[in-house]
Amino acid sequence: MAENQNVRFVQGNEACVEGALYAGLNFYAGYPITPSTEIAEHLSGRLPEIGGKFIQMEDEIASMCAIIGASLTGNKVMTATSGPGFSLKQEAIGYACMAEIPCVIANVQRGGPSTGNPTHVSQGDIMQARWGTHGDHSIIALTASNHQDIFNITVEAFNFAETYRTPVIIMLDEACGHMREKLVIPEQGELPIVDRLRTSLGKDVDYHPYLPREDGRLPMSDFGGHHRYNVTGLYHDMWGFPSNNPEIVQKLLHHLCAKVENNIHKVTRYKEHFMEDARYVLISYGSAARSAIHLAQERRAKGERVGVLELQTLWPFPAEMIREKTKKARAVLVCEMNMGQVMSQVKACVEKPRKVFLANRYDGKLIRPRDIKAVLQLVQGKGV
Amino acid sequence: MAIRDYIRERFFPHMWCAGCGHGTILNSLLRAVEELGLEKNDIVMTSGIGCSARISGYVDFHSLHTMHGRALACATGVKLSKPELNLIVPMGDGDALAIGGNHFIHACRRNINITAIVMNNRIYGMTGGQFSPLSGVGKKATTAPYLTIDNDFDIAELSMAAGATFVARSTAYHAKEATSILKKAIMHKGFSVVEILSGCPTHYGRKNKEGDAASMLELQKTNTAPIGSKSLEENPHLLARGIFRQDERPEYCEEYDKVVQSAMER
Repeated sequence: MAENQNVRFVQGNEACVEGALYAGLNFYAGYPITPSTEIAEHLSGRLPEIGGKFIQMEDEIASMCAIIGASLTGNKVMTATSGPGFSLKQEAIGYACMAEIPCVIANVQRGGPSTGNPTHVSQGDIMQARWGTHGDHSIIALTASNHQDIFNITVEAFNFAETYRTPVIIMLDEACGHMREKLVIPEQGELPIVDRLRTSLGKDVDYHPYLPREDGRLPMSDFGGHHRYNVTGLYHDMWGFPSNNPEIVQKLLHHLCAKVENNIHKVTRYKEHFMEDARYVLISYGSAARSAIHLAQERRAKGERVGVLELQTLWPFPAEMIREKTKKARAVLVCEMNMGQVMSQVKACVEKPRKVFLANRYDGKLIRPRDIKAVLQLVQGKGV
Repeated sequence: MAIRDYIRERFFPHMWCAGCGHGTILNSLLRAVEELGLEKNDIVMTSGIGCSARISGYVDFHSLHTMHGRALACATGVKLSKPELNLIVPMGDGDALAIGGNHFIHACRRNINITAIVMNNRIYGMTGGQFSPLSGVGKKATTAPYLTIDNDFDIAELSMAAGATFVARSTAYHAKEATSILKKAIMHKGFSVVEILSGCPTHYGRKNKEGDAASMLELQKTNTAPIGSKSLEENPHLLARGIFRQDERPEYCEEYDKVVQSAMER
């Protein structure tokens, strides 16, 4: 029965925990909040078993700050949150963007704004993931619709955080987070793991923590090691020391955005379901994609050319890929549980924005295949 | 080692005003580090935002200049993830006790081995002289043109009530005393709080008619007295200086090591 040891029946939040541990997570700080709390609960037990650290902080802000501190000593770090907690973390997410500190933030989405509905599903934080913190910056945000994919994108989140020295946001939602289904945990080595790039400079050589290499990457040096440098949220020069020099400031902001945007093809993840010859393309993600896939399967059985383009990378927004994949579509339907946050992005990138429609719910209920079907039929000119 | 070996000369001159108490406090701190013979590679200085927070840029340690009020929360992550490092966290009074008040009391409660220094000048200096939670009643500030009505905190009492196991107070005037207290605070196993009265002649002093830098320093001498001294006994209005508490209690990182041990044995 050895081959069955890695098969589990778990919640989506646990799949995220398993993915994080597989990727090498060894420090977690968090604060209880529904519907993400299970991530903290599981890690409080699992991390000390492998010699890792778990700390429950006094608030959401402190949790984000603590993982920033722990990342600088050389650890793979993570926090998880939902709703108002994600709002509170934005200040420190911006700090991690500016100081280029690798970290992963899981946001298990619930209804909002404000307290909204803690126990019901929503996908209302898509824009907040992109622009929640102030100032120009880039960010990577990933999502998934089933537990195997949640595991995989969690591993990728850690890999991207290390590769690009940036916060990476995992956008789950209440439905996927709490639902239970099968998860097969891959053997070690089956999925690639990116470890931290550390400087090879010796101890008496001047190390510039913020001087990008030719490939744009910045090798790090752990706090406690022999390179002592300054980390700040202010605009800074290659030593990490505050600077107002316009040339330095412009270069820094350009670097912060370009390091992600220029690698969009490397961080874009998506899945195609029934997309060959599809005339009606449903663009969806997260738990909403499950209903879209279900509907497409049903329509295909009736001979209709309906397909699903499932997004897994939400930010940077895969505009070019979407334009390419929807070229031959008569209409595009964005299926999501908000008031059109991804739809507006899709409209901006396709050749015929007038052919982009929205099939959505934002009442705390999971969008059903028949909710999407109702809109699809209208678009197809079949009436209600 | 010479004191210059502990600073980043490249980044001087510092940005503090003439007469600011913060430079003297930096001096007291560096002498404490030197006298203790600590390795620079073993020290992480974490700070927040404000005049006080710039201190971390000037020292040749690992330095983490964070967000307003968040220095202790970031320091907690550094310390728990690598307990062998010495964490020194200088903060301003607004930084530590207004926007960072929650992090402050919880760091005290955890008794995590970090040395917190509150450089108390009773004003928000960097933003131009607004009152802080340490200004006290009846003070003039740019946001209190009719004088403050807000009560102030007693940092020592607050820290002790919150669970800090080393609590002390000194002043920029008493620079040598501050050094000796800071040495004990850094060596203390557990969370230590050292309040050091600083002075802001530019904003606080000018608005509240406390005179120039020299006369403000003079006030630190005349308005305070050592704990247990006769003058303090005779004049309870004086502010006590010295060590209020020095207790031994389980330290957070050591307790977490026990959690790891029992989880691994399970």
